[in-house]
Amino acid sequence: MNSESVRPVVAAQPRAATRSLVEEFKEGLDAPICLTWELTYACNLSCVHCLSSSGRRDPRELTTQECYDLIDEFQRMKVFYVNIGGGEPMLRTDFFDILEYAAAHDVGVKFSTNGTYIDEAAAARLASMDYLDIQISIDGADASVNDLIRGEGSYAAARRAMDNLAAAGFGAFKISVVATRHNIDQLDGFKAIADSYGAQLRLTRLRPSGRAVDSWDELHPTQEQQRQLYYWLLDRPDVLTGDSFFHLSALGDPLPGLNLCGAGRVVCLVDPVGDVYACPFVIHDQFLAGNIRDDGGFSHIWRNSDLFVSLREPESEGACTACEMYDACQGGCMASKFFVGLELTDPDPECVKGAAEPLLEKVGATGSLVPRPSVDRSRPGVPVPSPVRLRKRQRV
Amino acid sequence: MIELDSRCELNPAVSLRPERFGALVYSFDTRRLSFLKHRDLVRVVEALGTHESVRETLEAESIDTERWPSFLNALTTLVESEMINEL
Repeated sequence: MNSESVRPVVAAQPRAATRSLVEEFKEGLDAPICLTWELTYACNLSCVHCLSSSGRRDPRELTTQECYDLIDEFQRMKVFYVNIGGGEPMLRTDFFDILEYAAAHDVGVKFSTNGTYIDEAAAARLASMDYLDIQISIDGADASVNDLIRGEGSYAAARRAMDNLAAAGFGAFKISVVATRHNIDQLDGFKAIADSYGAQLRLTRLRPSGRAVDSWDELHPTQEQQRQLYYWLLDRPDVLTGDSFFHLSALGDPLPGLNLCGAGRVVCLVDPVGDVYACPFVIHDQFLAGNIRDDGGFSHIWRNSDLFVSLREPESEGACTACEMYDACQGGCMASKFFVGLELTDPDPECVKGAAEPLLEKVGATGSLVPRPSVDRSRPGVPVPSPVRLRKRQRV
Repeated sequence: MIELDSRCELNPAVSLRPERFGALVYSFDTRRLSFLKHRDLVRVVEALGTHESVRETLEAESIDTERWPSFLNALTTLVESEMINEL
């Protein structure tokens, strides 16, 4: 759920009967624990798996003042930190102003970038700032694997950014990798790159969201690779995962972190035009809770929107609730089910017991319509790099 | 290990957010999030800095002596993760 700091580093608890945190979190909190805030749909890259189908800026994107007002609201709600992304957030000309404003208002920032714009001067400026985490994305441990997903030259650009941050004395930044069929064999390579910078490695799950709707079928890890990934992660609790692989906990011991879907309960997404979605991976009208420009603003949406209130109600009965592993995997990822055309009560499409496979075959065989993301800011005429055949699905 | 005579305070870089179950605790220094899973513990943590010792805090917050060992354990964990400073 894209919030690895949710991992309970300390869960201090005097002996007394209390409900589990998972039960508490399922019912939602008065404010998110953290949230994802995408600053712009503009991006210099066209990654095949972009969860927000980014490329072109949207003319309705929040103004600088609106961004400041939103930060004020986060401060009032005690949202301790936000994950800033995009698009490429550094393309906003007020990017540094927004970072500085957040730091001055007790809202910590972790931002994700492809690194293109972290030159020596930007690295020095970033190194001088407080309350800041940086996450640089690569999806291959070398250019040959990475650039097929993220585009030519993107690996070199990311490594240059890492070099610049290291030279500027930024400290421990994060390297963020989306696990795919093409890079599972490079896990040790990613760890070696991170270690060479004193950086933290972060691995997250590929979802069939955004542009990935057309490539997920062939890009997501195989069942064998999922097992490989699970055991690799179990041996390396220092590797961050944003709690995104909780569906793998059905393989045995749980992975570290909160094993639950936090969408609309403890996390959410604010997109560049102020639309609030349940999570970064469900940019679709069905998961749109409201817009921060509406009366009541963000806090009203968080506390009162019909969508978020309904996500905090007990889950409906489905195939999974009868499964012995349900407590471990909680039925998996809502976004992944939705965009492959499954019901939310169905098993996760990557269920380690293979429970979703007959359903996926049925969806494919009948050619039934699957949902299309509500937003597509891809740049027209710009080719999308891909190591696999892009399969345009018929979509509603 | 924190003892009853220890003197402690909430780290100034740490912020508490009260919740139904207790509180979220966030350190702007270490950028780590923790959870206090009981409201009584939240009261104790908030009051630490205004008393001369942990013992005095527990007494002032009317914590039953039977529960003191578990509070000492919880406070020790919080010191180890730099959420609380031992003075």
